[in-house]
Amino acid sequence: MIAPQDHQDPQDHQTHAKLGRRQLSHRYDGLAKVTGRAKYAAEFPVENIAYAYVVQATIPSGTIASIDQAAATRAAGVHSIITPFNAPKLTVPGNVNILQDTNVFFSGQPIAVVVARSLPEAEQAAKLLRIEYKAQPAKLDFNAVLKDARAPKRGGGDSHRGDPQASLAKATVVIDQTYSTPIQNHNPMEPHATVASWEGDKLNVYDATQGISGAQSSLARAFSIPPANVHVQCPFTGGGFGSKGYVWSHTILAAMAAKVAQRPVKLVLGRNQMFGPVGSRPNTSQHIKLAASSDGKLLLQQHDSTCYTSLISDWIESAAGATALLYDSESLTTSHSLVDLNLGMGTWMRAPGEATGSVGLEIALDELAEKLNIDPIQLRLINYAEKDPRQGLPWSSKHLRECYTQAADRFGWSKRTAQTGQHREGNKLIGYGMATANYGAGRRPSSAIVRILPNGRVFVGVGTQDLGTGTYTILAQTAADTLFLDPALVDVKLGDSTLPPSGGSGGSTTAASVCPGVYDAAVKAKLKLVQLAIADTQSPLHGAAEEDVQTKDGKLFLKSNPQRSETFTTLLGRNGDTPVEAIATSELAKDRDTFSSHSWGAIFAEVAVDADTHMVQVCRMVGTYDIGTLINQTTGINQLVGGVVWGVSMALHEETLIDPTFGRTVNENFADYHVPVNADIHQIDVTALDIPDYKFNPLGSRGIGEIGITGAAAAIANAIYNATGKRVRDLPITLDKIMNA
Amino acid sequence: MNPFNYQRATAPDEAVHAVSARGAKFLGGGTNLVDLMKSNVEQPTALIDVTHLDLTHVITSGNGTTIGAGVRNSDLANHEIIRTKYPLLSQALLSGASPQLRNMATTGGNLLQRTRCYYFMDTVFPACNKRTPGSGCAAIKGFNRNHAILGASDECIATNPSDMNVALAALNATIHVTGPKGQRTIAIADFHRLPGTTPQLDTNLQPDELITAVELPAPKFAKHSYYLKVRDRQSYAFALVSVAAGLAMNGNTIQSAGLALGGVAHKPWRSLEAEKSLVGATPSPAAFKKAADLAVAGAKPTEHNAFKIELAKQSIVRALTLAAQGVQA
Ligand SMILES: Cc1cc2nc3c(=O)[nH]c(=O)nc-3n(C[C@H](O)[C@H](O)[C@H](O)COP(=O)(O)OP(=O)(O)OC[C@H]3O[C@@H](n4cnc5c(N)ncnc54)[C@H](O)[C@@H]3O)c2cc1C
Ligand code: SF4
Repeated sequence: MIAPQDHQDPQDHQTHAKLGRRQLSHRYDGLAKVTGRAKYAAEFPVENIAYAYVVQATIPSGTIASIDQAAATRAAGVHSIITPFNAPKLTVPGNVNILQDTNVFFSGQPIAVVVARSLPEAEQAAKLLRIEYKAQPAKLDFNAVLKDARAPKRGGGDSHRGDPQASLAKATVVIDQTYSTPIQNHNPMEPHATVASWEGDKLNVYDATQGISGAQSSLARAFSIPPANVHVQCPFTGGGFGSKGYVWSHTILAAMAAKVAQRPVKLVLGRNQMFGPVGSRPNTSQHIKLAASSDGKLLLQQHDSTCYTSLISDWIESAAGATALLYDSESLTTSHSLVDLNLGMGTWMRAPGEATGSVGLEIALDELAEKLNIDPIQLRLINYAEKDPRQGLPWSSKHLRECYTQAADRFGWSKRTAQTGQHREGNKLIGYGMATANYGAGRRPSSAIVRILPNGRVFVGVGTQDLGTGTYTILAQTAADTLFLDPALVDVKLGDSTLPPSGGSGGSTTAASVCPGVYDAAVKAKLKLVQLAIADTQSPLHGAAEEDVQTKDGKLFLKSNPQRSETFTTLLGRNGDTPVEAIATSELAKDRDTFSSHSWGAIFAEVAVDADTHMVQVCRMVGTYDIGTLINQTTGINQLVGGVVWGVSMALHEETLIDPTFGRTVNENFADYHVPVNADIHQIDVTALDIPDYKFNPLGSRGIGEIGITGAAAAIANAIYNATGKRVRDLPITLDKIMNA
Repeated sequence: MNPFNYQRATAPDEAVHAVSARGAKFLGGGTNLVDLMKSNVEQPTALIDVTHLDLTHVITSGNGTTIGAGVRNSDLANHEIIRTKYPLLSQALLSGASPQLRNMATTGGNLLQRTRCYYFMDTVFPACNKRTPGSGCAAIKGFNRNHAILGASDECIATNPSDMNVALAALNATIHVTGPKGQRTIAIADFHRLPGTTPQLDTNLQPDELITAVELPAPKFAKHSYYLKVRDRQSYAFALVSVAAGLAMNGNTIQSAGLALGGVAHKPWRSLEAEKSLVGATPSPAAFKKAADLAVAGAKPTEHNAFKIELAKQSIVRALTLAAQGVQA
């Protein structure tokens, strides 16, 4: 913020509270998207383009002994074949496989690139490559090596409080169970894609990404050129869910291919190539021990999670992370361990840690509630964390109680019978379940340019990107709110690395980061406009005090005398017909170490389980969330609903199946990798409390993109238990697991 | 995908002649064949498009009904004759795939759709007797949750994935084919094969024979039939187990029954013993349970699919119960 006092001044909260109230009723980019005018990375026409196809390893472990490319080179349309034996030497930026050595760490790892006139020709030539491997024994069976789990190399963010042994000794009820979640893949609609072209040592890239700045710096590092030489564009991203947050091999390989083939290259991954080479959510095995006294007070929470990690990097699915702050308990220990497997890298996937961790913890709480004979909501209220239990810091804002109440009311929780298997309608066993939702609130500095144009329109530019979440929409609103004008008058440009730098779209940090940047730039631009008017002898505002000038609907006016006013257009017209512009970078709250910020929610599920076929239908999901300011109703609620759908998916459907002998994903397509279809999704009722968190962020908003999935899978698992009396602790809950429970 | 020639046939004889070329295959809607070509499982040198033959009629023939091999799954499912006289077939078709796929898929192509065994569909797996005879079976030690519990062999445990075929088995359909040696008919029960030692052969159709029609006998189960599909999501998933159940009732007595299972064997699994046990019986849980036991008698599970045995039994009872009540899926 350019004026940090702003958010300390309660008076100003009134002004800020208005932010987000001039809502765009539709998605800013909605029309462009539904009419096909919105261009995605692979759709930009580039002259003289060639197509690259990534060749992938077919063994999980070993080295490449040789690649005979004679036949492939002769194949029709082939321009270049790049292998570890002839690839240009690059700097390896991060954990990518860019043909700098012959090691194979997982089946599916990129090991060569064929560049040809057309994609079918590139694929056809790839089939002619004769690749010889020296195979090594592979580690593929998670359960077999679970006992060899090790500590993460750089620590696992473990927590500890109290005296676990002493607390356990006092307990009257103990839950001690293991919960597991499978490997998952993100599967955004838009496949990963990069179009790369070189002009001398300048690189132009269209990349499907959640972070143009990351792509820019990785590419610069790989090719040892200044970042300014790399121009990355990505006006639209067709979803990413974390998988486009990292700069993966294919992005650099596309640029390498363009260099070698000396022509622009387009590289689009096939759906089957998105299972492994662009990251996975690791599986988890979570051992949880909860100990409580008979009145429901938690004495000990112990959460030890183990996940797989690839041999390329230590990546932790931090399932136990949020356990340290969710509920009060006398004692607590959490830990993370890793098991090395010959699989592709783990990475962020929508609510990394919280999504998986809430499965274990929130099912365990349901088990505890049953044993204690206490209502599941009541149990959570008994252990409500009034302060962040980690350092005892106050929350910047926490309204989880209201979430429980509101969601429970909307759901009709009072109709639930605690005893299982009591509610039957025909052949359907009906069950209710609930869980707490939570996700961290983070923000980072973010820059923006705001330009007030002589034609009365406003231009906003930010070096971030919209992965489909609504970033365009909320930025148009933020500028409009700050200048008090119609958001339809604001034009937003994103997804271009020449714009003021911002950062990646991930971790639910976007809204809380980019909006303040635009707010600051807009305040600054407005001030410039005011100063111009004051200095202009022909302006009705000439000589006025800065504080007295306000703006509304494209006009400047005096607060003390609203008659004295003129439009932006007249003022700028008189002053050279040139725009007024300002660039600003938002800063983090100075007092941010004095409080803790987090988002909260309560999620309820009703399921119907068929008594004969054991098929599960999720009839209803009801969630209420405390996510600070709800900046835009349409895009915000859409994010939450999408998250809840992900929860259904996680509970019932998704699982990446990796063959235990070959290390290959066997269900690498949408017929076999199940996500919910329309018939699986019924009523979803999502509300946001919309209580601004001004301490955290001058606009009061925390992130919204990930919290929807958290808790949702556990709520469904708990509802299935309530319906059937069958406790399934291993996701996804397929009908055979219900039968066998 | 390998390059291939494309030829659009306009008459059955022309199609049969064209397909005699080495490596040529018929092309229906392409929803299965083209997918398998993309993954190099199928590598035909030529495709003979048979969707422009005049095989798109559904007509009453004698007491029964004849369905052209080119009739699309959507058209068939929604056809007046099928909806009213053979609702079991209509239900089975509508439970399969997605509307887009059903709009493309043909009756002939559906009869010949290949297994969805993961190891068959990915050529990187070296062992698949169906794809490469003699190479072994990766599924036996791999993921076999979707695989057969009935009629499998040590060479192959794959299932036939079709829903339509299950209904055709319960309805006792006949397949009409034409080839270089003329026309012949094959009973549905003899059309698909068990894997035995030749899992590379899905059916008894010769590669140069064209399916021209499917004939349904006089409708018996129009009032009492049910197609129950049990799967991992509510739509757009292949059956773990499916049941096509048809009953002909005389008052409260079962006069005849058609019962076939999907998702459990290399072919639609029709159980004559189960059907026989129902004849003369009064609909009751005991009678249906007995039929269920008979239908899955001899089932042998693999590592991940033992649940299918109990699931099949429960599903049979349920489907028969609903069929007896006259409930439409
Ligand atoms: C994602 C997905 C989900 C699916 N889900 C289901 C499901 O739930 N249930 C289900 O039953 N099916 C399902 N299917 C399969 C679908 O029903 C089949 O792909 C379809 O029926 C095949 O018909 P087609 O006309 O497209 O055949 P093609 O793909 O054109 O041909 C299949 C085979 O039949 C041969 N052939 C075609 N016509 C003739 C003829 N007249 N004479 C001789 N040979 C012929 C071809 O040579 C080829 O070998 C699914 C398919 C996909 C891709
Ligand atoms: S089950 Fe049949 S199709 Fe599957 S791998 Fe074995 S042989 Fe091949």
